Amino acid sequence: MVSRHDLSHAFGIKGRDFGKAGCVSIEIKEILRDLGIDPAIVRRAAIAAYEAEMNVVMYAEKGKMALRLNTEELRITIEDEGPGIEDIELAMQEGYSTATEEIREMGFGAGMGLPNIKKNADVFELKSTVGKGTSYEIVIYLNPTGKK
Amino acid sequence: MSYYFHSVSVEADKCDGRMRCLRTCPTQAIRIRNGKAVILEEKCIDCGECITACLNGAIVALTDPFGELSRFKHTVAIPSPVLYAQFGRSILPDKILAGLKKIGFDDAHDLAITCGDTSLAIEDFLEEYNGPKPLISNFCPSVVSLIQVKYPQLVDHIIPIKLPNRLAAKEIKERKSKELGLKPDEIGTFYITPCPVKMIAIKQPSFEGKCYLDGAISIPDIYGPLLSALESEDKGSYRKSLESICILGIGWAVAGGMHRTQKLKNVIDVSGIAEIITTFDDIERGKLQNIDLVVAYTCPQGCVGGSLTVENRYISYNKILRLLETLERENIEACREKRDICERYRQKYFHMQQKYEPRPIQALDEDLGKAIKKRKKKERIYDSLPKVDCGICGAPTCLAFAGDVVKGDAQLSDCIFHVPRKFKELTSDLSRLLDGFGSLGEGKGRKPRKENRRKKS
Repeated sequence: MVSRHDLSHAFGIKGRDFGKAGCVSIEIKEILRDLGIDPAIVRRAAIAAYEAEMNVVMYAEKGKMALRLNTEELRITIEDEGPGIEDIELAMQEGYSTATEEIREMGFGAGMGLPNIKKNADVFELKSTVGKGTSYEIVIYLNPTGKK
Repeated sequence: MSYYFHSVSVEADKCDGRMRCLRTCPTQAIRIRNGKAVILEEKCIDCGECITACLNGAIVALTDPFGELSRFKHTVAIPSPVLYAQFGRSILPDKILAGLKKIGFDDAHDLAITCGDTSLAIEDFLEEYNGPKPLISNFCPSVVSLIQVKYPQLVDHIIPIKLPNRLAAKEIKERKSKELGLKPDEIGTFYITPCPVKMIAIKQPSFEGKCYLDGAISIPDIYGPLLSALESEDKGSYRKSLESICILGIGWAVAGGMHRTQKLKNVIDVSGIAEIITTFDDIERGKLQNIDLVVAYTCPQGCVGGSLTVENRYISYNKILRLLETLERENIEACREKRDICERYRQKYFHMQQKYEPRPIQALDEDLGKAIKKRKKKERIYDSLPKVDCGICGAPTCLAFAGDVVKGDAQLSDCIFHVPRKFKELTSDLSRLLDGFGSLGEGKGRKPRKENRRKKS
């Protein structure tokens, strides 16, 4: 449920911009800290946001990340313009990666990104069209007993 | 709000509000109020960056005066291994310890030995550890505070092994009170410190239980007398002096020195607050998980870079490194087998009883709904600000200022850009009003008014 009382933020991410990679997740973390969100939840959100950000940087041309938050939950949505994912089930497996040799040498693309996001999210929904791009939504509930 | 002891404080009469500290502080813990620097207790991590930044010497480190010794019947100096790098290369630790006894201490303890013991305990700890990685070293109190304040979710990564100076102080008090028949309170244990931050561990009662250290004396405070004492010291056998050094412990003074002689392979060293922040950001995002231990020093080059040292940090760094090389070349080893580390480790001698707790910065509001509202207001205010981070309002950045306004700690009018803008808004309102009058008064009303205004000016 979206209401006008929600806090919302939109961020742009440029593909291949490794210099700035990670800035969006840091900003999201700062916002959550400012709100006094439980550190454990901040960490989960920061890891999920970082992995999502890195996915855009590594594979896509460009992407958008949005944060929406109310007293119940925080929702991070990602939309990118990129190659898309052919086999989502395979992409969700730990260790599976289509990253290039160059990216792996930098210590990225170990095939843990999407599984890591899933691990840290309460709800994770992914859609992808090959040749167009990938979009997904991450929901983390804010009350610890949370899962509705 | 709990009470935090801080080892840095502002001497208001010396402060001219020049804002160097404001811009330097890594945790945005300084505000300029009424032209004077003010430290926000909850955010300060005692790193001492502001002490170095201030040109007026208005921010000072609190250490104990040398005269404190007279309070005790028996006093023991526990010098940081950094002290060993403050003199000429031919002056080795045993001579420095002897020098300390000449200048007023009844005894001097070689802390490098306790550091060495702790190194071995850390080795044992890493071997059996299977919690979140990487572990982060705890012996720089500023690093611990930085984690508690800025990275609360990383507190579980802090290595829960006791600090050598505290272990040494406890051991000395227990042993000496038996030997001399004195009460533990009558024995004074003084840490000779290269930085102000070590004071917190002594003065802050809540910090990992009871502290057996009675005080901390800065290196510059004893340097003069100690140097004179060393001049009269008999040089003796160099080789014998070398053999008395604990190779595992003296390395603690420099970044990279602690694990150099150990079996630990997967350890990285980080020094300097900006470098630490970058590294902690990475750890927070789940990187560096293949690293066992991050040894972090707030001061560049390690503790030798502390603000209460005399020798240039790069020179003392080099001295320690050379000394390590010499010991390695001469095959002088720490006698691992002679130390009963395993036994003491098993008895939990090195383990901290308390866990490190986060010390999160105050949120905008305790109630999440209200906090969201305030955050939105903060963003609206921020959007209206010039975003030049000039600092004239007294906050380090426009964003921090917006936060201060929302929390009620600052007024929007404190922003110098706000005043002319408000004035412009008023004048445009006024001229619109006047224009309105003009159209009412059939074209005549405007002229005389203008003339009137000219007359006035």
